[in-house]
Amino acid sequence: MVLKAFFPTCCASADSGLLVGRWVPEQSSAVVLAVVHFPFIPIQVKELLAQVQQASRVGVAVLGTWCHRRQESEESLGHFLEGLSAIFSHEPWLQLCRERGSKFWSCKATHRQVPASPGAPGQDQVMLIFYDQRKVLLSQLHPPAALPDHQAGDATASAGGLAAVFDTVARSEVLFRSDQFDEGPVRLSHWQSEGVEASILVELAKQASGPICLLLACLLSLISAASTSRVFKLWPLSFIWSKLSTCEQLRHRLGQLTLIFSTQKAENPAQLMRKANMLVSVFLDVALGLALLSWLHGKDRIGQLADALVPVADHVAEELQHLLQWLMGAPAGLKMNRALDQVLGRFFLYHIHLWINIIALLTFHIYCFYVYGARLYCMKICGLSSLWRLFRGKKWNVLRQRVDSCSYDLDQLFIGTLLFTILVFLLPTTALYYLVFTLLRLLVVTVQGLIHLLVDLVNSLPLYSLGLRLCRPYRLAAGVKFRVLEHEAGRPLRLLMQINPLPYSRVVHTYRLPSCGCHPKHSWGSLCRKLFFGELIYPWRQRGDKQD
Amino acid sequence: MEAEQSFSDICGGRLALQRRYYSPSCREFCVSCPRLSLRSLTAVTCTVWLAAYGLFTLCENSMILSAAIFITLLGLLGYLHFVKIDQETLLIIDSLGIQMTSSYASGKESTTFIEMGKVKDLVINEAIYMQKVIYYLCILLKDPVEPHGISQVVPVFQSAKPRLDCLIEVYRSCQEILAHQKATSASPM
Repeated sequence: MVLKAFFPTCCASADSGLLVGRWVPEQSSAVVLAVVHFPFIPIQVKELLAQVQQASRVGVAVLGTWCHRRQESEESLGHFLEGLSAIFSHEPWLQLCRERGSKFWSCKATHRQVPASPGAPGQDQVMLIFYDQRKVLLSQLHPPAALPDHQAGDATASAGGLAAVFDTVARSEVLFRSDQFDEGPVRLSHWQSEGVEASILVELAKQASGPICLLLACLLSLISAASTSRVFKLWPLSFIWSKLSTCEQLRHRLGQLTLIFSTQKAENPAQLMRKANMLVSVFLDVALGLALLSWLHGKDRIGQLADALVPVADHVAEELQHLLQWLMGAPAGLKMNRALDQVLGRFFLYHIHLWINIIALLTFHIYCFYVYGARLYCMKICGLSSLWRLFRGKKWNVLRQRVDSCSYDLDQLFIGTLLFTILVFLLPTTALYYLVFTLLRLLVVTVQGLIHLLVDLVNSLPLYSLGLRLCRPYRLAAGVKFRVLEHEAGRPLRLLMQINPLPYSRVVHTYRLPSCGCHPKHSWGSLCRKLFFGELIYPWRQRGDKQD
Repeated sequence: MEAEQSFSDICGGRLALQRRYYSPSCREFCVSCPRLSLRSLTAVTCTVWLAAYGLFTLCENSMILSAAIFITLLGLLGYLHFVKIDQETLLIIDSLGIQMTSSYASGKESTTFIEMGKVKDLVINEAIYMQKVIYYLCILLKDPVEPHGISQVVPVFQSAKPRLDCLIEVYRSCQEILAHQKATSASPM
């Protein structure tokens, strides 16, 4: 197999020295992490590597030599470097060399032991793959599909060659802690050798977060203890609590805040993202709420809205009245049964008169009309189906839950047929009222549903992850991509490995927060069935509600 | 080594296949699709604007005209950025993997890389596409659970859709590398 050498781009201009990194035999790839410069004492290098190996549990070793010929007089360096392979034995021994002012490198990988199969060369072909150490260190690889029986954690190193590279660099953070200004025994070159990256604000925030989290966690535990006290479990309050969507939202937010400010550290990156997403979501919620409040308070908009509400309620009632008058006439050219029409129409009109003074219940009468219409229609359909069975000489067997044949008497058949005929001819009138009010009710339900969806969106959208994907796309990686760099015949192939960021749809899918759980329970098919048979529909049910 | 050849796609449009042999273990195939033709662009724009003008004469609302211009511009930008693919590239690197890149007309590039450990084979398949029977090149991925099974079929050159002669060229080249890869991975080195 071709030997793949992963070389960090920051070390491409470093001075000559030893290559330090990890060798992955299954992939035949050498991941170079740093370059050790002259002068060094081999014992100290070995000690440092043993320390790093113990701290990070990564098999760090000396992989070979790196030769950067800056002047013509450095021919002797080559012989010196070859002698080093006797001190640090590694199989295979990598020798990378770069000429001054040349873009092309020369690479050699030699095996000291006699190869097992005859005819196999003692030298391997080498392919150079450059990678940005900082980006690979900070990035988190998202595998394409999580298999159900796949064990996470230790198995990722053997799962894919590239996952092993990412894993190696991420776990070797210990090696990158010292920079060139430290007075250590060994001088290393890596992405932080120009100076360790740190930010004063981040350090201050880390110091302050401990006591703040403790304080807020105590406060939140007090609030949640108070909310679960016996007082709120009494019947009227608990019923109101579960019905109002504000209380549901408050409970949800309380749970989220408790999780954010818990004194436990996040165990893995996914939990950290979740905490960050929740925090940003809470901030957005508060910010939107404050903005809305300030907008409402400015220029006395609340007063204006309240003033506008009364005429709107009147307008709705008036429109309903017009609608009922239209139904009582000849709606859409259909001929209704006059008597039944009048009865139903007057019944509903009376209700409008009752409710015209109640401002707050804008759409409550629509709901009531829908319930009445639905119940009437349902009774009618039940009667019709049972009499239709009688008409055909069959009966519903309650014990066996099926339709059986039955022999009726003549008078039973006669009355049954009469009633059936009456119900059939009155069906259009009732059905029309039912249809109209169901449509109105569905309209109201749609508006309610849209508001629910909006709240759900604010709750569950992972804004921190989306922001991270926008501003630092290398942090969330779906994979890698390679670019072939300038090539000369006879020289080893040089590739540049870049991070392929995760698409936005996958970011939302992976990091979406759990929402309240208020989803429509019915599929379209069952909804149509319920509508046809006149059963009442309650599309938005909160979690844990009793079935009606 | 670079070589360019001219082929045609399943609808008869002209395609250009560019082959680059970087090394014995690394090859790249680049298929360029026919560009956006001025004729179709003009036709679509004229249709949309005539329809908008017709609506305008009915409604006497000048917002319709500005909306039509807006829609045309947005539609064109969206088409160039999300739909129109200019070039499709297949890069095959021995013992590393296979990379497929699609470059859109607006410059956006979308890349997928499949590691060599997951690749079972590269084959030419037949498919029924609308009223035609076409050939397409695809990569078969190994099933981690079953050693002889196939977990996924990934088609290559999906928007360019070259004909069989072009596919055979690419297939032969890739099979040389895959054969070499299988030989070296079989021997314990």
